Amino acid sequence: MFNLFLDDAAALVVVLPLLISAIIAFMPSKIWPWIISLVTLVLHLVLSLNLLKEISISGLIIYEFGNWEPPWGISFKIDGVNIGLQLLFSIFALISTFYSRKIFLSEIDSRDSGKAYSLWLLAIGSLNGIILTNDIFNLFVFLEISALASISLIALGAGQNRKALLAAFNYLIIGAIGATFYVIGVGFAYAMTGTLNMNDLVIQLAQYSNGQLAIFAGMSFMLIGLMVKAAIFPVHIWLPPAYSYAPSAVSTLLAALATKTILYFFVRLLYEVFIIYPSYLSLFLDFVLYPLSLLAIFIGTLIAIYQDDIKKLLAFSSIAQIGYITLALSLKDHSGITSGFIHIFNHALIKGGLFMTVGYFAILQKDRVTLSSLKGFGYKYPITSFALLICGLSLIGLPLTNGFISKLYLFQALYTNQMYFSIALVAVSSALAVAYFWKIVEQMWFSEIKFKSEKEDAYIYLPILIITVSIIVFGIYSSPIIEFSNLSADYLISGYQN
Amino acid sequence: MSNSFLIILGIITPLFAALFSYVCRYNNNLRDSFGIIGGLFTFLVSLKIFHGIQNNEIFQITFFTLFDGVDFTFKVTALGSIFSLVASSLWILASIYTIGYMRGAGEKNQTRFVIFYSIAIHAALAIAWSGNLLVLFIFYEILTFSTFPLVGHKQNAESQSAGRLYLSILVGTSLIFFLPAIFWIWLETGTLDFQDGGILINRFPAEYLSLLIAMLVFGIGKAAIMPIHRWLPAAMVAPTPVSALLHAVAVVKAGVFSFLVVIVYIVGPEFLLQTKSSDWLVWLACFTIMASSIIAITKDDLKARLAYSTISQLSYIILGAALASSLALKGASFHIITHALGKITLFFCAGAIYVTAHIKKVSELKGMGFKLPLIFFAYTLGALSIIGVPPFIGSWSKFYLIMGSIEREFIVVAIILGISSLLNIYYLLQPVVIGFTQTSRREVKLAKAPLTVWPPVITGLSCLIFFFYANYFLNNVSGVIVI
Repeated sequence: MFNLFLDDAAALVVVLPLLISAIIAFMPSKIWPWIISLVTLVLHLVLSLNLLKEISISGLIIYEFGNWEPPWGISFKIDGVNIGLQLLFSIFALISTFYSRKIFLSEIDSRDSGKAYSLWLLAIGSLNGIILTNDIFNLFVFLEISALASISLIALGAGQNRKALLAAFNYLIIGAIGATFYVIGVGFAYAMTGTLNMNDLVIQLAQYSNGQLAIFAGMSFMLIGLMVKAAIFPVHIWLPPAYSYAPSAVSTLLAALATKTILYFFVRLLYEVFIIYPSYLSLFLDFVLYPLSLLAIFIGTLIAIYQDDIKKLLAFSSIAQIGYITLALSLKDHSGITSGFIHIFNHALIKGGLFMTVGYFAILQKDRVTLSSLKGFGYKYPITSFALLICGLSLIGLPLTNGFISKLYLFQALYTNQMYFSIALVAVSSALAVAYFWKIVEQMWFSEIKFKSEKEDAYIYLPILIITVSIIVFGIYSSPIIEFSNLSADYLISGYQN
Repeated sequence: MSNSFLIILGIITPLFAALFSYVCRYNNNLRDSFGIIGGLFTFLVSLKIFHGIQNNEIFQITFFTLFDGVDFTFKVTALGSIFSLVASSLWILASIYTIGYMRGAGEKNQTRFVIFYSIAIHAALAIAWSGNLLVLFIFYEILTFSTFPLVGHKQNAESQSAGRLYLSILVGTSLIFFLPAIFWIWLETGTLDFQDGGILINRFPAEYLSLLIAMLVFGIGKAAIMPIHRWLPAAMVAPTPVSALLHAVAVVKAGVFSFLVVIVYIVGPEFLLQTKSSDWLVWLACFTIMASSIIAITKDDLKARLAYSTISQLSYIILGAALASSLALKGASFHIITHALGKITLFFCAGAIYVTAHIKKVSELKGMGFKLPLIFFAYTLGALSIIGVPPFIGSWSKFYLIMGSIEREFIVVAIILGISSLLNIYYLLQPVVIGFTQTSRREVKLAKAPLTVWPPVITGLSCLIFFFYANYFLNNVSGVIVI
């Protein structure tokens, strides 16, 4: 029975959360939806580990839905590129679900608990689909499901602040534009090649070796659509309000996983499919993605410095950090892709941890977390504050944290590509990150107000501590992350096709 | 006792001192005694290591690998043994002084103060004994962050903005210049270990060496070369024990020590002499020496004056490192000791004057010489040592620096060092002259604070005594710098 279950692991990691989500949608209970979600995600982790085991043996899994052979049927593909991400996704989803209960209890109407977890699992399942799918139209479907689920989750923040509705609406409109761009691109590609399967697409596109205007147009549409979804500067404008007005648990999930999965697919599309037009690819990377990344890093950091609302500050810092990732990915070589993936992992942990701590502060003081409201928190809530300190130091990229490893490899990649200007810019912006982070530390530990320490909720600080410890562990023992990233880069760079 | 255990012991003792101070926070005497006990303990360890280095023993311990070719490792170099000896021995006196000062001045939050004070010493010792550049960098940052609460101790608007300036300059420069420079060295050589003779020769493109030197000297903001010196005068808002131990010894010396270590064990003096890539730095150091001396003359606030004097004296060490000849390096390394002894004396005195008479300004010192004879006696000893008058220990390092500049045929530099000594005489001895010659009708109430008086007397006298035992230190200094 269990083996049967494991045989379809590739499909079940997506299908299971989606199925369960439908079941718990109308549960009136406060606690059962959470327990069921937790169990689902434990199973999800088991499935992911099983996938890892299979990948380490065979190196590639193609799962054909309904035994329809590609290119006709929809297929999932798991290989060295996405297995690391799948594991991270599974683990982080579990941790943040564990964390989410107390947050949801105090931030949304308890009668909505079932709905919230239903949407939560819907978002997890569909985002997981983005990691695994090997079909460009199926991707669109997952993009839309995840977008709608996240929008509804963001709108749940309306109980706290009505601006959540505006943020959700913003995301809805801009996200829809992005998705439309993407699907127009898919339409062009399908019209020219008659296929939607990514591996088949490569083969079909090879016929037009000189390229065709229609194909280039299609590719551009797809890329721009994905850029909107991945919040790459300057089409990031939906992200800061969405992250800052969503319920804190939702911000955690989205900040850590949503943009990362889309970035992953973006890379996969670039280096696995569009690589057959090297001139187009380098045009896009050198003249679009690279300058935009630099702008994102610089402007994101600068705006973050002037934020008073901590969740907004973190959201703008995310824009800058996504800039680091895309900067690395735009380098077109092994070192660049490796460092991009390393930062995808590390940043997911760092930003997830930061949003978790800030979310906890928000429910403790029952108000939005601003700089001035953090006064004396270092003494009031020592454990959570300490976790925030570690995450922040890692965000700056100080040694012994995983942020340092990201920075090290990014510098190495930039150096081998002789991009000295970018090195200078990255160095300056990491120093500027000190500015916004230290403002928080100053308020928490060095303000006049003193508090006696209060009891903190173990349900909340346990997941936070797990993240914090892993930040330090991966800063010292960085080889797992580096090896997974190396593997991804190996697969992508060798033009691995099957 | 094994050598690697000694390193752990020395580094961890200040942390335990901090921990015990926290545990005993409700008993003031017990709390403050841990600084003295910890100081004695680390001093003994440092002394043992110092002698071990003299006997060519190896002190090394590796914990884990951080990334390719870079371990988290401690390895005591000859330079490091000197720095740790200075920091730990002065920590004992500074702890005694701290008790007198903090209680005399009625400062709040004394527990937090002693805790971060100990952590800062821990970081300074770890810097001294670090085995490669990245470990040095880690503790360099810890030193910055741990001294921030000390600088902003008073928690008023002035100390808050000073603290921000302090942190933003030190962390900013280290992240913008120092860390990229470390990455650069690693990318070119694949290692960051300190080795005699340096690791860059034949591996680093000589034409870019000047740029690397610039990134290092500006990245190590704690060395306070102009124009990255503003944090040091700003940090003077801190209570005087901080200015004395940290901003005359531990922090600034950690800065110049880091730079010296980079020159001696990473770049290699031979490589520098071949390429002459640091000659421009000689002139920048000379400029800093002159400019900050002139600014010091204009300062009426005694601590601000001493701060600019420190900037000037730090550039002596940078100058020695930039000259890179064996005599100059000898002088620069020795100057770490001599300036530390002299300047801590002066700061101790400045603080003692503040606690006993509540005077901060030089112009208000009229007639104080007769009222505070011991303090002025100690001050004079320290000032004479920094000026470089024999028979004070400071004369040795100045002598070697001048010889070093002549050795490299920088005659102008030797002249500048001479002029700088003249300026030193003016601005360092002026308080003494005012104190003893002019009289004031103002009644000054004197408070008693014996614990702030004796430490400067001890350090001042040791400036005199160690003149005759300079060889004791010089053995270690010259043992390493083989060119």
